[in-house]
Amino acid sequence: MTRILDARRLTPVTKLFRLDAPLIAASARPGQFVMLRVREGGERIPITIADYDRAAGTITIVVQEAGATTRRVCALEPGDSLLDVAGPLGSEIDLPPGGHICGVGGGFGAAALLCLMRERSAFGDRTTTILGARTKELVILADELARVSRSVEVCTDDGSDGFHGFVTQRLAQLIAGGGPGRPDAVVAIGPMAMMRAVADTTRPHGIKTLVSMDPLMVDGTGMCGGCRVNVGGQPRFACVDGPCFDAHEVDFDTAMRRNKAYVREEKIASDLVGCVSGRSQGDASQAL
Amino acid sequence: MPVRRFDKTPMPAQEAQARAHNFFEVNGGYTAARAAFEAERCLRCQHPVCVDGCPVHIPIRDFIHAVAAGNMTGAARILRSANPLPAICGRVCPQESQCEAECSMGGRFDPVAIGHLERYVADWERTQALAIEPAITKTAKIGIIGAGPSGLVCAGELARLGYPVTIYEALHAPGGVLRYGIPEFRLPKAVLDWEIDILRAMGVEIVCNVIIGKTLTLDDLTNRLGYAAIFIGTGAGLPQFLGIPGENLNGVYSANEFLTRINLMRAYDFPNADTPVRVGKRVAVIGAGNTAMDAVRTALRMGADEAMIVYRRSDEEMSARVEEYHHAIEEGVAFHWLTGPLEVIDDGSGWAAGLKCQRMELGEPDASGRRRPVPIPDSEFVLPVDNVVLAIGTTPNPLLTRTTAGLATTAKGCLLADEATGLTSKTMVFAGGDAVTGAATVILAAGAGKRAAHAIDAALSAQPH
Ligand SMILES: Cc1cc2nc3c(=O)[nH]c(=O)nc-3n(C[C@H](O)[C@H](O)[C@H](O)COP(=O)(O)OP(=O)(O)OC[C@H]3O[C@@H](n4cnc5c(N)ncnc54)[C@H](O)[C@@H]3O)c2cc1C
Ligand SMILES: Cc1cc2nc3c(=O)[nH]c(=O)nc-3n(C[C@H](O)[C@H](O)[C@H](O)COP(=O)(O)OP(=O)(O)OC[C@H]3O[C@@H](n4cnc5c(N)ncnc54)[C@H](O)[C@@H]3O)c2cc1C
Ligand code: SF4
Ligand code: FES
Repeated sequence: MTRILDARRLTPVTKLFRLDAPLIAASARPGQFVMLRVREGGERIPITIADYDRAAGTITIVVQEAGATTRRVCALEPGDSLLDVAGPLGSEIDLPPGGHICGVGGGFGAAALLCLMRERSAFGDRTTTILGARTKELVILADELARVSRSVEVCTDDGSDGFHGFVTQRLAQLIAGGGPGRPDAVVAIGPMAMMRAVADTTRPHGIKTLVSMDPLMVDGTGMCGGCRVNVGGQPRFACVDGPCFDAHEVDFDTAMRRNKAYVREEKIASDLVGCVSGRSQGDASQAL
Repeated sequence: MPVRRFDKTPMPAQEAQARAHNFFEVNGGYTAARAAFEAERCLRCQHPVCVDGCPVHIPIRDFIHAVAAGNMTGAARILRSANPLPAICGRVCPQESQCEAECSMGGRFDPVAIGHLERYVADWERTQALAIEPAITKTAKIGIIGAGPSGLVCAGELARLGYPVTIYEALHAPGGVLRYGIPEFRLPKAVLDWEIDILRAMGVEIVCNVIIGKTLTLDDLTNRLGYAAIFIGTGAGLPQFLGIPGENLNGVYSANEFLTRINLMRAYDFPNADTPVRVGKRVAVIGAGNTAMDAVRTALRMGADEAMIVYRRSDEEMSARVEEYHHAIEEGVAFHWLTGPLEVIDDGSGWAAGLKCQRMELGEPDASGRRRPVPIPDSEFVLPVDNVVLAIGTTPNPLLTRTTAGLATTAKGCLLADEATGLTSKTMVFAGGDAVTGAATVILAAGAGKRAAHAIDAALSAQPH
């Protein structure tokens, strides 16, 4: 059992949790994730380690309600416990130090940039975070990210906050020399469509780009192969070799199709949970 | 006195048509009368050759004699003295190529049903109230990585010798393949849970959700946490893929994924359990080992109308237990021997619709001594299927070796370990089971765990205090 120390809603569909997990906090690195389970008979789901505090022995996660399990997690409050939390799993984000690193976050992906940007800034890298959301209320962690990266660029589809447009449009401006300037490397974490668009944006400029793939996972330890992603024509296990891969080598079409394998079953499971937190499935998917 | 009867006493089993649609155990187990009847067949050979065929040298003649004499307590004690997992091995050992292959009755008559008797004795033992108390008398702590059969047995032996033992397991439940791979209809989880409860009663601590190499490193265990010796029993869980076109289509699973969804994650109970699995009307399983047999029979139980084995060699080269093969035939599994898979066909929306195959014939023997399958030109055909399950083998998981300096491995990623002791290239670090041998059997893993436990005890006893 892993105790929830703090919990706070970031948007109607995302919630941040601080967990008492000293062993994981001691060894976590940016880009890694945990597998968690809420109840007996529950799914094991992968959730990125957004941040960690080694001294306090805690890790931070941000969970977005997508279906049955994430809804169950988001119904929990401080003092409640998660049945199982195992990690840190996956490989850390591997980028050479020095230069200008640009993190692009969409949805819960913004959270995953927290520890990366904090460490990179501490190493003396130049850091820029581009945050994207449909509208102002769905932008998460802008203040926290502003503390750990040199500049934060908020983008909203409807123009209600920051730059009016997609993260990729703002990124293109940076590449062209605007704002904080052309990045030497880009790390994009968010919905698959966004990550693919980022890959397409940086490809012509030959900018090293990593994306954090989020295939369906079962064990998260390299035992099932369900998380395989086609990278450079080779099957790679996201839970062991990833989840971050070279964006220009990833086969997004296959990855997106594989993630939809269980839409029918997910709907059934999700309907059974009902509105544990008073929202319907529709809201959750729109929030992406 | 031994009684001459040619045939094995039959094992009561669920009727094939019924059991092909439920997950209850296929075999019912001998009754006391059947067990006594079968035990009487044993010739009590002066040189019991059956024992030579047993990887852990169970005194087979003696325990069978005890059964025949009605001395069940004695039978259970003899059995357990050599095999710490008798209820499991009685169910899953390939007896036909081990003890029963050597039995003097064999050849002209059926060999004695050693496996059925082993299971009978062990199941009797499970009905007895056990009074087990922790008897930790030593101070040197032992850390065990992986709660599969090798780790569980190593832990049990060391606890019996008085050591405080902690097992670290990556998944949320202990058991290894016995939990996530071998299905309920062959090995009920209650049998596994009983063995694990005994370990806990003996004082063995099992810590789940800890991945050594990730949560803690092996060196953390020895340096920071003060374990005097380590046993690695991490198995060979990494599934292999064929690399054929269409392998990433939806509906294509590794056998590990298919079985883990259903066994560990209980997809058979969806939506009461949250993890789904999609089993269509026709399921092809590629391979012909125990894993393939388990997957194909599980597909039937999950509602497939047709479940079939596709194997590029012939039934002669099949590595599954013969009992499982017979059960699969009775349950209506189809077998496509000498059939090589070429491609998984797309239904147009990203799901598997068929398996393109070619016919094979057997040529000259290859490196493994088995005749090499050679494609027959222009023999391609398509099996219409909704799912393809790949059961073509597994290799050791690299999680631990990648993060541990100084652990020597073979080119295939298996740990190098001394055969007699299990000692690896690192001081006081031992290993056994599939992590050393590559995918093998429960009894070999159990035997390796036991040998390593005694080697650890010897090494620690020799150290100055
Ligand atoms: C390495 C990794 C890190 C992740 N980190 C986070 C995180 O920090 N915070 C967070 O909220 N989520 C994260 N996810 C996604 C999260 O695991 C899924 O949202 C979750 O498994 C959904 O479970 P569910 O039962 O709630 O919904 P389900 O009923 O399983 O799914 C509901 C809907 O979500 C979609 N979905 C399911 N799984 C995924 C997935 N893996 N990626 C994208 N969409 C999916 C389905 O297509 C479906 O439409 C991560 C995934 C991976 C692989
Ligand atoms: C479907 C299937 C059917 C089979 N049927 C039979 C049969 O009928 N008869 C037979 O004799 N054999 C059978 N086998 C083979 C047999 O199950 C294995 O040989 C045996 O389980 C190996 O035991 P082990 O202890 O070496 O490893 P495993 O059983 O693989 O257990 C290893 C354990 O270590 C854990 N682990 C791995 N890495 C780490 C880490 N870094 N940190 C912490 N924990 C870790 C794993 O999660 C796992 O629980 C079958 C195998 C399969 C897959
Ligand atoms: S070889 Fe067969 S007959 Fe002889 S002791 Fe062993 S089981 Fe009995
Ligand atoms: S999730 Fe099973 S191998 Fe990656």
